Amino acid sequence: MTAAPARIGAATAAAARPPSRRGSTRLPGRRGGRYALTVLAFLLPSAVPLALFVLGPMLGAAWISLTEWNLLAPPRFVGIGNYLDLLGDPETGAVFLHTLLYIVGYLPLVLVGGLALALALNTRLRGRAFWRGIYFLPVVTSWIVVALVWRWLLQPSSGVVNTALGWLGIDGPGWWTDPFWAMPSIILASAWKDLGFVMVILLAGLQAIDPAMIEAARIDGAGWWRRLVSVVLPLLSPSIFFVVVISLINGFQVFDQVYAMTGGGPGGASQVVVQQIYDLTFRYGQAGEASALSWMLFAVVLAVTVVQIIGQRRWVTYA
Amino acid sequence: MRERAVGRSVVLHVVVALGAVAMFFPFLWTVITSITPGAGLTQTPALIPENPSLDAYIRLITERPFVRQAANSVGLAIVTTLVQLVTSATAGYAFSRLPFRGRGVVFGVYLATMMIPLQVLIVPLFAELKAFGLINSYLGALLPTFASAFGIFLLRQAIEQVPRELDEAATIDGAGHFRIFWSVVLPNIRPALATLTVFAFMSSWNSFLWPLVVLRKPELQTLPVALAGLQGQYTTAWDVVMAGSVLSIIPMLAVYLAAQKYVVQGVANSGLK
Repeated sequence: MTAAPARIGAATAAAARPPSRRGSTRLPGRRGGRYALTVLAFLLPSAVPLALFVLGPMLGAAWISLTEWNLLAPPRFVGIGNYLDLLGDPETGAVFLHTLLYIVGYLPLVLVGGLALALALNTRLRGRAFWRGIYFLPVVTSWIVVALVWRWLLQPSSGVVNTALGWLGIDGPGWWTDPFWAMPSIILASAWKDLGFVMVILLAGLQAIDPAMIEAARIDGAGWWRRLVSVVLPLLSPSIFFVVVISLINGFQVFDQVYAMTGGGPGGASQVVVQQIYDLTFRYGQAGEASALSWMLFAVVLAVTVVQIIGQRRWVTYA
Repeated sequence: MRERAVGRSVVLHVVVALGAVAMFFPFLWTVITSITPGAGLTQTPALIPENPSLDAYIRLITERPFVRQAANSVGLAIVTTLVQLVTSATAGYAFSRLPFRGRGVVFGVYLATMMIPLQVLIVPLFAELKAFGLINSYLGALLPTFASAFGIFLLRQAIEQVPRELDEAATIDGAGHFRIFWSVVLPNIRPALATLTVFAFMSSWNSFLWPLVVLRKPELQTLPVALAGLQGQYTTAWDVVMAGSVLSIIPMLAVYLAAQKYVVQGVANSGLK
């Protein structure tokens, strides 16, 4: 064999060899100050912003929640006073209840709708990519635009929804101007935006299912419904679990669409937790109480997520 | 039997198409409203406007600092995206290729920052940037977006997939870590970089709470904040509000159509892991 050009030859030979063990000495040096500097050079661009703008403020939030502070005068330490005030205030219960109502209305809509769509698009459908593209369109639209568009669609006197209901002889409700209908209006707009997101995740889950499993059930005489309930849904459960976890985390943090659609109104009927945090800080100058409320929200979200992760053993099947 | 299957397929197509029409109608209605002068409290626009006009767009551009606000949104989104690409790629490389003592713990802390909702940080972050004198400044809006745990995780996973033999080959050729990062790793994770580009741009373009808090002057505001303010200014002039909505959807729509594959795949993959 003739000698190949030395440098390229050596490198190619190394690449062709079976993967060497981790910690191979051939990798660039790992010892000494130079290596430490290399590590720092790669890590600092992300570590500095994370430390300054996430970890630092997180500790700051814990401190602020123990003070009374209007963002202007120096904060005054009040211990756990803010937490006690919040727990004793019926409004705290109300904003958590409204947030919960939002989740209870929103989650089944996107879950059942998204699943139905994913199942429909997982068949031999013509123009599948096109339909998927249309259903996904609202996902890339900002919450504010979604809120404004739905505020207009649901405008009580000249909105297109009530106009259409009028043709059918139905006197449409006041939607976001009505204390009862404000939350359903927000839920409707939110479900419209997120349906495509849930659909795409569940569709990916469906496509990962081995067709042989479904075929086996068919040969065993299982009908469409039976195959769905006994084969498809259990195999899809990791994706469904992901959607539920993400939706609950996002659901507890609902804000943009509420701010732009109702501002928490009318008369506080759709006031949710984050809107309350915002109002406490920037409207009422109670940053300490707002921080305490944000920690309570975080604790609730964390608890709900942990419970789900523990509870998943009961219903999530990992193939 | 065959006829039944065909019938079922037709029904399915019709249902999916009707659903798509319902999903798309709000967009259509937004455009129609924006070109119907005087669409407001008492008048429901016609499906086909009788006297379509671009008045609402002209009002928006002449009466409000709308062009400036659009430029703000574009500028902030571009800077955020570029910086996130750098910080995510370098951190991803460190967590994949640069072993050091305590790396697992540091990575855990990075991931934990993903769990902390922005709402918890908003008050101290506002206070911090106020102390720096960065309220009502682009830098103040940008700084907290510079590192994203999601992006770091995404690129670290992608870099893990790059065969280590490639690094070794480059090392033998005399390349150091910076060289391997630039010439070996980055070219091999292009799809992940594309996914991150689209996601970073999208989340910056659509972000609301932080810009709302930090950018209080109209000429500094981004489109979502400006739009939320518009409905206060033009309570009954829905044509103007919808014109603003149309203009703010278009750039995002362009990015989405150009990179649809990466967006949909990015979302789809997030559920599979």
